[in-house]
Amino acid sequence: MVTHGNGLIECHGVTKTFGGVVANNDITLNVPQGRITGLIGPNGSGKTTLFNSIVGYHPIDAGSIKFKGEEISRLLVPQIARLGLMRTFQQTRIYSKMNCVDNMLISLPHREEGYRSLLTKYPPEAVERAEELLEFVGLYQKRYLISGELSFGQQKLLEFAMALISEPEVLLLDEPTAGINPTLING
Amino acid sequence: MSVTPKVLAGYGAILLLGLLAPVLFPNFLFQLAVLWMMILFALTWDIMGGQMGYNSLGNIFFFGAGMYISAIVQVGLYYNVGEYTSVYGGVQVDFTPHQYFTGLTLGIIAAALGCTVFSVIFGRIVFGLRGPYFAIGTLGVALAAGELMGTWEWVGGGGGIALPVYPYGPDQRARLFYYMCFVLAVVTFVFLKWLYSKRFGHAINAIRDDEEKAEAMGIHTLRYKTIAFAVAAFFLGMSGAIFGNMIGFIEPLEVAFPTITFGIFMVVMTLLGGKGTLWGPVLGAVVFHVVKEATWTYMLGWQWVALGALIIVNIVFFQQGILGWAAEKWPERFGIVVDKSRTAGGR
Ligand SMILES: Nc1ncnc2c1ncn2[C@@H]1O[C@H](COP(=O)(O)OP(=O)(O)OP(=O)(O)O)[C@@H](O)[C@H]1O
Ligand SMILES: [Mg+2]
Repeated sequence: MVTHGNGLIECHGVTKTFGGVVANNDITLNVPQGRITGLIGPNGSGKTTLFNSIVGYHPIDAGSIKFKGEEISRLLVPQIARLGLMRTFQQTRIYSKMNCVDNMLISLPHREEGYRSLLTKYPPEAVERAEELLEFVGLYQKRYLISGELSFGQQKLLEFAMALISEPEVLLLDEPTAGINPTLING
Repeated sequence: MSVTPKVLAGYGAILLLGLLAPVLFPNFLFQLAVLWMMILFALTWDIMGGQMGYNSLGNIFFFGAGMYISAIVQVGLYYNVGEYTSVYGGVQVDFTPHQYFTGLTLGIIAAALGCTVFSVIFGRIVFGLRGPYFAIGTLGVALAAGELMGTWEWVGGGGGIALPVYPYGPDQRARLFYYMCFVLAVVTFVFLKWLYSKRFGHAINAIRDDEEKAEAMGIHTLRYKTIAFAVAAFFLGMSGAIFGNMIGFIEPLEVAFPTITFGIFMVVMTLLGGKGTLWGPVLGAVVFHVVKEATWTYMLGWQWVALGALIIVNIVFFQQGILGWAAEKWPERFGIVVDKSRTAGGR
């Protein structure tokens, strides 16, 4: 067992500015393991910016960010994602010219992917798993539809299913419920 | 598309036509060889441009680089290249049949490998660029390469370099190069069909649709981009080596790095046929080449205007190309909506 501070994600004094705008000012927070943690704040308060800093989308100006005790503030986005720290986007992002099943398959974990796996096909279990999760978010009927043709809410659900199939250890959801049917949110 | 007897018959007919062409159309062998090369151009351009969404205007670089690498190997195996280029024309330079074929074989292999290495270096430089910047960056590399080769006296500079002369008769020579072009194009097609059906095909499509998303999901984007570029370079390098020998003489701007002709044609053909598909580039190349050969010389200087008009019409009104248009018109024929084969990334 690795021993480290008291959180899975530990931000220490994280500061990020854009020109004159200080979007994040000296943020310190811990996200403990095994819990759902919420980050709230008014529009423009810097929630998305903090997400971007954590996943390596842009370099931070000061501070440190640790994931499972390891400093990640200098790693690149895909490297951090492969450590198991993933995010969804506030502005939904899916692969819009691919169908839903393909969107799911390409989202399978890339952690232990070597060069040779590039030349393999997805095993039937993977396709089954993809369909299962699509069923879970209510998109099974639409699974072979080009995902760009889904409604906004359906795209958001697809993005969520993609996040699930990628088996993250931590999933940062940016405004996950905006535009989603309330019964689905609560269910 | 699944493998039905109809599909098999289609493939068989194309192969048979390709094989019998020297008997059926002996007077057009050179043009047909160029047609196969055009198909290869469009197919390899589409790897990056269509399947991965990176519009390169500099792929012709690998064609020219392959041509020069092959020439240097073919000559350098038996002569000092610098002396060869400076005395050629003044002194009789001979290659025995054995020397010729050994050189040609090794030259083509070296072109393929050399261009693959170049693509990795080239990629490191241009992969930081996106969208139009990538297009212009790659164009710059291709244009610069042509100019640079023109100043490199060791390989003949602007005057160019002659390739070893084919040791047997002209008919046999024409047939040999025709078949080399034919086989290379077919191999490229089959290889890409196979490659696109694997995870690789999915990954480059994901990069095309949203590279930032792909990165956020942990996809090795740089790795895939490097490989996609390398595959294009590998086949283009070989095609350059073969084309240089087919022409017999390499000149840097018109033959090796013809950026505004072949370099642009490969883009136009792919867009015309339908980018991001396997058959689109093939179809586009055939239509473009046939129409071009039939009309080009009769246009008396207007051919560039016609080409420009074609590009504009294509991009403004007809972006999906012939195949995309057909797929919209007859969706059930292309297995759209409910067709499992599409999940294999093969389209
Ligand atoms: N790339 C950027 N360049 C310049 N300024 C930026 C950039 N990204 C964010 N900002 C600024 O940083 C501040 C915080 O923005 P951020 O998007 O993080 O807020 P948020 O809390 O996610 O808001 P919302 O609830 O509306 O999503 C804003 O003032 C915004 O204009
Ligand atoms: Mg936000």
